[in-house]
Parts: sequence; C-alpha cells; structure tokens
Amino acid sequence: MKRGYLLSFFILLTAGIFIAKLFFLQVVNQEHNTNSLQSSTVKRIYDYPERGYILDRNNVLLVTDKQSYNLMVIPKEVQPLDTLEFCQLIGIDKESFKKRYEKARHWSPRLPSVFLAHISKENYAYLQEKMHKYIGFYIVKKSLRYYPLNSAANILGYVNEVNDETARKNPYYQAGELIGTTGIEKQYEKQLRGVKGVKYMQRDRFNKITGPYKNSIYDTLPIAGQDLTLTIDSELQQYGEQLLQGKRGGIVAIEPATGEILALITAPSYNPNYMVGRLRSKYSVQFFGDTINKPMYDRSLLAQYAPGSPFKMIQGLVGLQEEVITPETPFRCFHGYRYGAGESAFMGCHCNIYNMPIKLQRGIAKSCNSYFSNVYRRIIEKYPTASEGMNAWSKHVKSFGLGEFLGYDLPQGKRGLIPDAALYNHWYPDGRWRATYTISNAIGQGQILTTPIQLANMTAAIANRGHYYTPHILKKQNGVHITDSLYTTVHNTTIDKKHFTPVIEGMHDVFKSGTAKHVRLKNIEICGKTGTAENFVRVNDQKIQFEDHSIFVAFAPKKNPKIAIAVYIENGGYGSTIAAPITSLMIEKYLTGKTTNKWYEQRMFETSLEDVYNRQLKIMQTKSENTEE
Amino acid sequence: MRIQKNNIFYGVDFTLVVLYLLLVLFGWMNIYAASVGDEEQHLFDFTTKYGKQMLWIGLSFILIIAILFIDGKTYEKFSSFIYIGSLLSLALLFVFGKKINGATSWYDLGATSLQPSEFAKFATVLALSKLLSDKQYDLQLVKNQIKAFIIIFFPAVLITLQPDPGSALIYTSFFFVLYREGLPIYYIAIGLAAIILFILTLAFGFNSILFFSYLLIVLFVLYVQFYRKISLKFHWSKIFSLFAIVGLFIFSVDYVYNNIFEQRHRDRFNILLGKNNDTRGIGYNTDQSVLTIKSGGFSGKGFLQGDRTQGNFVPEQHTDYIFSTIGEEWGFMGTSLLVILFTVFVLRIIQLAERQKTAFSRVYGYGIATVFFFHYLINIGMVIGLFPTIGIPLPFFSYGGSGLWGFTILLFIFVKLDASKSYEL
Repeated sequence: MKRGYLLSFFILLTAGIFIAKLFFLQVVNQEHNTNSLQSSTVKRIYDYPERGYILDRNNVLLVTDKQSYNLMVIPKEVQPLDTLEFCQLIGIDKESFKKRYEKARHWSPRLPSVFLAHISKENYAYLQEKMHKYIGFYIVKKSLRYYPLNSAANILGYVNEVNDETARKNPYYQAGELIGTTGIEKQYEKQLRGVKGVKYMQRDRFNKITGPYKNSIYDTLPIAGQDLTLTIDSELQQYGEQLLQGKRGGIVAIEPATGEILALITAPSYNPNYMVGRLRSKYSVQFFGDTINKPMYDRSLLAQYAPGSPFKMIQGLVGLQEEVITPETPFRCFHGYRYGAGESAFMGCHCNIYNMPIKLQRGIAKSCNSYFSNVYRRIIEKYPTASEGMNAWSKHVKSFGLGEFLGYDLPQGKRGLIPDAALYNHWYPDGRWRATYTISNAIGQGQILTTPIQLANMTAAIANRGHYYTPHILKKQNGVHITDSLYTTVHNTTIDKKHFTPVIEGMHDVFKSGTAKHVRLKNIEICGKTGTAENFVRVNDQKIQFEDHSIFVAFAPKKNPKIAIAVYIENGGYGSTIAAPITSLMIEKYLTGKTTNKWYEQRMFETSLEDVYNRQLKIMQTKSENTEE
Repeated sequence: MRIQKNNIFYGVDFTLVVLYLLLVLFGWMNIYAASVGDEEQHLFDFTTKYGKQMLWIGLSFILIIAILFIDGKTYEKFSSFIYIGSLLSLALLFVFGKKINGATSWYDLGATSLQPSEFAKFATVLALSKLLSDKQYDLQLVKNQIKAFIIIFFPAVLITLQPDPGSALIYTSFFFVLYREGLPIYYIAIGLAAIILFILTLAFGFNSILFFSYLLIVLFVLYVQFYRKISLKFHWSKIFSLFAIVGLFIFSVDYVYNNIFEQRHRDRFNILLGKNNDTRGIGYNTDQSVLTIKSGGFSGKGFLQGDRTQGNFVPEQHTDYIFSTIGEEWGFMGTSLLVILFTVFVLRIIQLAERQKTAFSRVYGYGIATVFFFHYLINIGMVIGLFPTIGIPLPFFSYGGSGLWGFTILLFIFVKLDASKSYEL
C-alpha cells in the first residue's frame, strides 16, 4: 500500500506543475497578447473610397482620378478553362498566358498576383461580363491621379505609396497605400482620402481567407473623400507658367481683400502627370536628380531672395510712421549716397536727379537709393542706440508678414530674414555698430531675405492700406466655403492708413512716368515697383557677381485692388526688362481675361535665360576647379 | 447476490463513468471547434472529422455495453492469447501496414484505418496482470524481473521499429506498476537520475555536468565517512564503479546526442532548452501551440470563437495538439479544469485498484492508471512547451477512432473487473 503513494505523488506533482505553467502562460504573461482584430489570424480587407477631386476657383478640374484595372489570379483556385478563348478575350497569346501563369504560381499559389496590368475602361466593361467563366481570375480597380491641365504641379503635389516608416508612425496607413506627399495632396490628405472601410476576415495559417470574422460585426463602411476647390485661377496659373518658360523664378498673385492665392508659379517645374503610375519611376529620378534646375523646388514658397527696391515702400512707410519724414521731406541725390569717409562708403544710384530735392512720391517712382538711405538712417538714428532703432524698424517691417512663416495652408515654406538688433550685436559683439554699417537694408538688400509669397503678401498689405489676410489656397470643401477664422482674421500692420497714400501714389507714378511706363495698360491703373537686386555667389571664398535678379511687385486696380502680385526672375537683369512686362501681362490677363500687349507677350514667351544660367554654371565650375588645383 | 448479475450496470463505479463521459464529450466539442472551419458541413456529416469522431464515440458506447456483458474472468483466462495476438498484429504491420506520416503504424481498412499499437497497450497490461497475479511471484528476484521486462519489452521494440518511439515511450510507465508490485526502488531512482542527467548534460554541456556530478559524489562520500561515521574502507570498488558509470553515462549522452540522434531529434531538444529560437521551421508547432494557448487568457475566447483555432494556425490541432484549442477557447479556466479532471480520473482508478481483492484486477487497474497518466503527462507537457515534441494523443480528446476505442476498452475492462468484485465473493 505504501508503494502506491509514489505514483499518486507524481500525478499530483504533475498537476501542480501544469497548472502553474498554464497560469503563467494564460494569466500572468499577457502583455504581448494583442487584440484579436490586430492579430495574424484576422485579415483586414480595405475598401478604399475614391480620392477627392481638386478644382480651381472657377470649377475647372485640376486633379481627377483615372481608373485603371488589373486582372488578378489566384493560381490555386483556377479551374480548367478554355485558354484560347481567354487569351483572345484579354488580347495575349498562349505563350504569354503560360509564362504569366507560371510566374504567378511561382510567386505564390495561394495569394493573388497581377496577371495583366492596366486594362482600359472599355476592355474592362467587356471583360467583366465574362469573368464569371474563369474561376480564379478577377479584376481589381486601381485609381491613379490624373491632372487634366498638366499644370500647377508645385501646388497640387503628388501622392506616394506609404513606406514602412510612415506606416509605423501613423497606424491609419498600411505600407503600399497612397498618401499625399507634397502640396495640396499632403496638406489636405485627410479631407481628400476620406476614410477607408474595413472588412475583417478570418484566415488560416496559409493566409487563405475562410470567411468573415465574427459575422462582420466589426466591419466599417468607407467614407468618401472630399472634393476641394482652390483659390487658384487655373487660367492665370497656366499663363504665368507659360511666361516663365526658360527662366528661373516665381510668381505669386494674391487677392488683397481676402488673402486668396490666385496663382503660385515656380519655374522650372514639371508635368504632374509624370509623377503618376509607370512614368513616375522614369521621371522622378530625373526630377529629383536635377540639382541645377531643381524642378521639384518650389521657388514661389522656398526661394529666399533679397527683395531689392520694392522694399523701399516699406522703408518710406516706416519713416512716415516713425515721423522722421513727412511726404514733403526732401533729400538730394548725387548719383549716390556717401554715408561715411573713404572710397567704399558710397552707395550708387541710377535715379539721375542730380542735386535736386526729391520727395517721397518721386523717390519711389524713380527708385532713388539716396532718398531711402537717408530715411533708413533717420529711423535707426532716431533712437539713443542703434539697437533700439533697429528693433523699432524691425518690428514695423515684420508687421507686413516678412521674416516669418505666413501661416498659409501649404506644407512648405521659408522664414526669410528681417534683421534685428540681436543679429548685429552677434556680429559686432562690442555693440558699437551704427546705422551705416547696415545701410544696404535701406534698399532691400543687405541682410534682408524674402520669399516671393512674402513679397506678394506685402504688396497686398500695401494695396489694403495697412492690413492683410493670411494667404490661403483652399476655398471650398465639397462645395462649401471654408470658414476658418485663421483666414478671416485681419492682420494689421503697424503703419497708419493715412501714410499709404503718398506711397501708393509713388507706385502709381512708376507706371505713369517711372520704370514701368513702357508696360502700362490703357484701362487699368496699376501701382507697382520695379526691383533689381545685386546677386553675388561665393565660390571658394571668392565673391562673384552674376546678373541681377529682376523683380516686380504690383497691385491693380488702384482703387479697390483685385490682385496683388510679386514676380521674381533669377538673373533677369533690370526689373523693368522682364519682371515688369510679366506683371503687366498677368494683371491684364486676370482682370480682363485677355491680353493686349501682344508684342511683349511674345517676347516674354520667347525670352530664355538658359544661356545666362549656363554661362554662370561654367564660371562656377571653372572657379572651383582652379582653386582645387 | 448472484441475482444481480443480470443487471450489467450492477457494481459499476459511476464516478469513473461520469468522468469518462465528461472527458469524451468535452473532447468532441474541441475537435468540432478545431475542424469545423474546414468545410461547411452538417453536424452529422460523417465525412468531417467531428462527424467521424461522433460516430466513433457512438460505437464506443456499443463497445462498453459489450465489455460489460462479458464475464470479468474471461480477460484473465485469455490474456496470454490476447497478448500474443497483439504482438502478431504489430509484427504483421511490417508486411501489410500502411505508411502514414513516415510510420508504418496503420492497417488500412478501406473506409477507416486501425492502429494496433493502441490495442497493444491493453494487451500488455493484461499480460503483466496475469504474470503478477501469482501470489508467489517475487519481483525481488532477478529472474522474475527479467520475465516482466520481456513482456514490456516486446511490444515496445516492435512499436519503436515502426518507427513510433513516442508510443513506445508509454511502456516505460509500467515500471511504476512493477514497483508497486515489489520491484526495488532503485530501478525508478536510477531511471529518474538518468533522465535528469540526460537533460542537464544537454542543457549545460558535457564538462560542467561531469564536474558537478563528480563533486556531488565526492561530497556524498565525505558526508558518509565523516558525519555518519561509517567506514567506507570495504566499499572503494563500489565507489569507483559509481564514478565510472556516471562518467560513462554522461559521455554516452553526449555521444548519442551528437552521433545517434538525427538532426530533427536534436532540434526538438534544442528548442525546448532555448538553444534554438527558430519559430518558422522546426519550432513552428510548439511556438504556435504555446501562442494559441496564451491567447486564450484567463477565461478564453469562447466556444468556436478562437480565431487561431478557426484559422488552423496549429498543425495537427485536432489530434496531438487538441489541448491548444481548449487553451484558446476556454482559457485558463478550461485548461486547469481539464488538468484537475484528468488528475481526479487517474487518482480514482488508483484508488479503486488499491481496493481490488484480486492481484490481477489490482495490477490491471494500476497499469491502466499509469498508461493514462503518461499519455496525459507527455501530451500536455509537449503542447505547453515543457517537453520535446513527442507525438502521442491526449486520451479521449485527440481525434481518432483507434485511440478512443483503445482507451475505452482499457478503462471499461477495469470498470467491469471492479464491478465483478462485489458479486464474486
């Protein structure tokens, strides 16, 4: 009897060990146990809603979806079929059929693979009726973005397949799905994509689906993507793109009364349809690899240039506001302005009004460097120290939206630079710098940097006589006007409204008698300002001067402005040669829908700066080679 | 009292019968869960796994009635014939057998197939009972020990040759029976020590285990010499042979593991000992089954709600891995209940066996208790990742007719023997 206890002891010991182990497995160690819906046994099948369309302000389609159909096959499920008939139906020969089938079977007999890609809509309709005869084959719809106008690539952006990293960061996405990567597609990704529906399916260890999971109680229906209406005028946009052919630069047009962006043009750009489907792999390498023309680089938002002469309006306005000048205050010009002793302390000027009193309005119309150097000096020197003067000046300038991200609804941008005392205190740690050290700021060069959209916004603020609305590009969602307070809040500048009158009159004179009188329009009163910014490039510590940048800002009509525009052409020479005609043409096009100045239009279409760019490139290459030796 | 003999249920231990019914029905539910997704079929469609199992359960009930009708004495009388017949059926497998999963363990009977090793257990237990039922039979004698060993040895070797070493392993359980009937304790002690040394050697390597076991022996000798004040002067030869045997054993473990084991055997141990983390290939089964059990949590996902079971993630889930279905769908509550159910079941058999008035019935009862216990120990141990992969079924749970009938016959002959004792005196 005693001997019988040994086995019973082992039995109880075993029971104890098993229960302990099971307790450890099933109760204690549960942290890795994820929700069933996420587990490997449940497959999620997504129902993707159609991505929203994008329209311009006049309801012209900018982006649509093009349907493409793929014929899929699951080799294991294929039943014997009439191969000959099937081949005729889809338009391939029997050899090709065998090859494709073997390839699919080799990849996986149980999982679907693409048998024939990109079936057209017409063939699809025909095929769909007959597909039931061919078990194991089926057709899936694939949506591709399509851009009917081949235009506005920088605004619209493109969609990309989600990569593993994005999928990890954002649980909504699976690798391989589509996601807006740049432009509007990125900015309004959520609105455009809608919400995908999910069907949960039970699957076995071969990944084969065996039926719906828990009678589909967790399944959701897709929510359609929204159609977006942009503030862009596609006709103006296309026209601007045409005008910028063969040039580098940007054009931004804004409606001053609302802040709506009418056109946002960069050159060189690319055909957005080349970033879709099969063309993409071919062209994306070319586009991204082109470090000289940089077609993927949106100059209208990202390029930071010295604003040049258009900045003189701001200088004048700040002078008026700070009460260091009145519209009547005269200064004299001596083909330039001497701001210190020594040969180099002289800023040249092309206004050609030698030793005569120049008042504000004339100073703007003639773009007199001496006048605004005096104004700038007075502003800075009004205060006990240069630092205080500089900060006061900086504050006024920044109130025009310069030196800051504007807060527009596009996913990229640059700050630009409006210097303040901190910058110069950093450069001159002893603090003994003076207004004259920074005198180039007076004429929009020096340390000042602005992007074309900042310049356009600045012009809009002048057109509005002292306030602006945050520039934005979205007008309607699914046909309903957006009511985001961000875009309806007035941003007031620090300049009183009355001070704008002489400045605007000066800008008006630019077209009447100044640097842009050659491109004035008969029925439209334009206020504008040319700019010619000097342009240095540093190659191995050598300062090389290249052709000037050609700049123009303008708004029109003078009363009740409808458009404010900034044009920036890299190495275009004088502001009046290229930027001014382009501005004039753009304004006329937008306001009247047609252009009258055909001669200039033709010239602008034909002007190519490629030679200039190539020459510069050569110079830079030889310079850098020389120093390498 | 003999009047009662007309009632076949007279004297039947209903505790065992109820436990049996619980196990079989719970088992069937889980086979249903593990195989229902395969094809959409009617509940009584006998082409499905659960349908066939239902049929076999029905047939077992007929078997039970038949067993209860047959006089208990018959088995004792015919035990030798049954044993020899069973050996023959095992031997003839090598001529007429059908190869399934690499082992010639089956007779193909057209619609179904039969696995004679399932019935050989029953025959061996009968033969052992018959042998040991002689009151004069003294297991202290080496001659008698060898007779008993031979009875166990024959079927075990035939089954190993199939090859089905997992099923053959069950025959080691009979050493517990022999021990109960008087076999000296050191057989079991040496056996356990050998198993422990084997595993430790694989886990920690040849050198360190040799070192530690020698150290243990030295310490033991010193303890005996100085604390128990027993002179070991005349036992040096024994002590040296102990050193030699232990050394030889550890060496042979190393040798067998590296030279005799095939890679698949090595893999099974490596996975268990954590030396191999391959969960895709060789470790897939154990990994999936442990994951599946784990996913059940405390209360389980509910009957037919186990998505890993419904997705057939565990291969052989309806047979050897059926326990993982219980783990997933019934959770810790189900698995611990099943462990308790089995423990109670086996202990009840032992309790009844100890009460038997004839040595034959006692040995038989004890024998089937060890058979059930070993099956359950090895199967669940494997499924929850404690033992290496050894393919033997879980009694009453795993899918299969031969298994179910084998176990049913095994159990109900004992039920009959137990019932007979009440009216034969």
